[in-house]
Amino acid sequence: MQHKRFLTLLSALMVLAMLLAACPAPAAPAPASSGEAAAPAAEATEAPAAEEAAAPVEAASDDVVTIEYWQYNFEARVTAMDQLIEMFEAENPNIKVIHNADIPYAEFRDKIAASVPAGVGPDVATLFYGWQSAWIDAGYLVPLPEDAFPPATIEAEFSPMVSASFVDGTLYTLPTAVRTLALFYNKDLMEAAGLDPESPPTTLDELAEQAVKCTVRDANGDLEIEGFVTDLGAQDHHWFREVLVRQFGGVPYSDDGRTVMYNDDAGLQAWNYLLAFKTELETGDNTLFTDSTNAFVSGQVCFHVDGSFRLGTLAANAPDMNFGVAELPTHNGIQSTFGSYWTHGITKKAAADQARFDASVKFLQFITSAQAGAIWVDIVGELPAQLEAGNNPELAADPKLGAFARGLAYAHATFFADESAQRQAMIDAYDMVVLADEDPAVALDIAAETDQEILDEFFSE
Amino acid sequence: MKFTLRQRQIISAYLFLSVSLLFFIVIRWYPTLLAFNISFRDWNVFESSGPWVGMDNFAEIWKDAFKPRSAVRAAFTNTILYVAYGVPLQLILGLGVALLLAQIRRFSAFFRVAYFAPYVTSAVAIAFVWNWLYQPQTGLINQVLSALNLPDQPFTSSPKQALQSVTAVAVWQNVGFAIIIFLAGIQQIPETYYEAARIDGANGWQIFWGITLPLLNPVIVYLTVLSTISYLRLFALVQNMSPQGTGGPLKSTTTVVLEVYREGFSSYHMGYAGALTVILFFVILAITVVQLKFLTRRFDY
Repeated sequence: MQHKRFLTLLSALMVLAMLLAACPAPAAPAPASSGEAAAPAAEATEAPAAEEAAAPVEAASDDVVTIEYWQYNFEARVTAMDQLIEMFEAENPNIKVIHNADIPYAEFRDKIAASVPAGVGPDVATLFYGWQSAWIDAGYLVPLPEDAFPPATIEAEFSPMVSASFVDGTLYTLPTAVRTLALFYNKDLMEAAGLDPESPPTTLDELAEQAVKCTVRDANGDLEIEGFVTDLGAQDHHWFREVLVRQFGGVPYSDDGRTVMYNDDAGLQAWNYLLAFKTELETGDNTLFTDSTNAFVSGQVCFHVDGSFRLGTLAANAPDMNFGVAELPTHNGIQSTFGSYWTHGITKKAAADQARFDASVKFLQFITSAQAGAIWVDIVGELPAQLEAGNNPELAADPKLGAFARGLAYAHATFFADESAQRQAMIDAYDMVVLADEDPAVALDIAAETDQEILDEFFSE
Repeated sequence: MKFTLRQRQIISAYLFLSVSLLFFIVIRWYPTLLAFNISFRDWNVFESSGPWVGMDNFAEIWKDAFKPRSAVRAAFTNTILYVAYGVPLQLILGLGVALLLAQIRRFSAFFRVAYFAPYVTSAVAIAFVWNWLYQPQTGLINQVLSALNLPDQPFTSSPKQALQSVTAVAVWQNVGFAIIIFLAGIQQIPETYYEAARIDGANGWQIFWGITLPLLNPVIVYLTVLSTISYLRLFALVQNMSPQGTGGPLKSTTTVVLEVYREGFSSYHMGYAGALTVILFFVILAITVVQLKFLTRRFDY
């Protein structure tokens, strides 16, 4: 009897579901139709001043416009942004900026995504440049107005890697700061291995050679100290695409970013170089000590490729570590590094209201100024995106930040259609070789094929 | 208007019930129905609206399932494997421990708490602890293996062992629930049956097969249905025990729910994720109906 009733209830539910599903467009609060309807309603409750200002735009100059800015929670970033907002509000008394930085990094994308159908969320948001494509594709980010951000000026004044923010010639986002990769080395471990801690590897061959010398195994053959760990889940997928492939004479992608090119001969040589640390030289294993970054932070790794942002992690978690940072090793005389950045965009929520849009543009101009970049580098330790601030000789001479700053001149940023999926393709290729005995060339071809599918899907839309 | 005491009691009962009903409608049923709607749309979560595409999402899932190295196919095969390994193991272990616990008087409360504790612990915390236990070389399990001169095992870092390693943790976490339910079932069986059987000269094995097991049938059905559903919906353990939460290595641990999450919130393909949810809903529904139909037997003595 119980089951009969249970089944009846279920079938009733199903019928209801089908009916609802068959409706041409769901009623009011359904996510599928909420955007336009819900956003103005939310604005009305949140920022009545802005609503009023919207109607007679020119006449409303005395009213205070409130805009909302979101970034993920990272203490130094929050402190720096609080300071910038304070300065901005002092200069623009009729604009108030609400700073939301309560969301942990891991949930940031989810929360933003969830805020959109709810009609709330930021007017100006900070996002990883690799996410741009998906957000632009969805119409969430609006183009930056050319009069406020002239493309020619941007190209002249900003680090060349910022060109990744132009999609088909239109600028969508702009960063305050950028990061590059460099080689971290543990001086104590080098010394213990009989290496000179003041002359870290400058070429790929030296890196391989010194990594082997630095590796220590115990009596059972277990790794105690890892010379170098290949870890595609960390920064090595960037190192492969934008640095190694170029150094072995290839290019990772075609100039328009639409075609994968790294699975040619040069790419395969680069791939084999990267794999050798695991398969031939056996200087490390990315599953030990959780992952390569953790292993380096806990003093178990000699050489590690990582970004400027890791300086903060090390300062917080390993304040006593005796380490240095050098520019990435060269090969065939070619210098390269991967550049990336967290960038700021204006959302369609801001664009729905002229007064708020104008305020957002002003705010974006302010936080991407050279002045803001200089404040940012002091507090956060990221390099200013504006060349004027980045070329500061004091910065280039800094024992830790210097190697990253010098990299700005030759950094490449990859154009990503879906950063996490494209990274996963590289991780899977590594796992195929290491865990499933796949031929390296075949694994690289599969990665390229997967990557190409992701790009094709993005560009076909 | 005047109500009798009885009527007033009924009215207040409904009043209180309506609160939880409202909760279920708003928090459970409405989103469920919306998921059906979304599954027929091409909706990227950043867009305010997605066009109606009919069965396109389902067709795409079907197509993807036949591609080489398909994540969807891996998700469905793995989910079936989780159920196939997890449910029998959980039931057999649960019954075994419950039978032992039913025998003891001393410390029985302590054992019950000990077995039940993992069930009420957050899956994320459990995943982290087991990640450390499973660590190659430095993890406790591998240290023990080394001490016994046995070869190290890669556990979750190898596609060959990852799924089984995660299943083991899921069983460890959920077996306490099975134990408690089995214990309650065992204590429901009247002592007189056992006495009669012993007088007739039945041995322990015969008593177990002839009395305990048949009379536990409703409990077994209940646990089979519930644990099957819970293994079909496995998510948190996998997300926290695979590298970068991707269901790896090489998709060896991914589940349908994890793919729903990744499609919906990493790639923003809400329609596709919604369609996967709908498929999973029907799979769960079908399996549950079949189980209820074929496992339920009445035993009367």
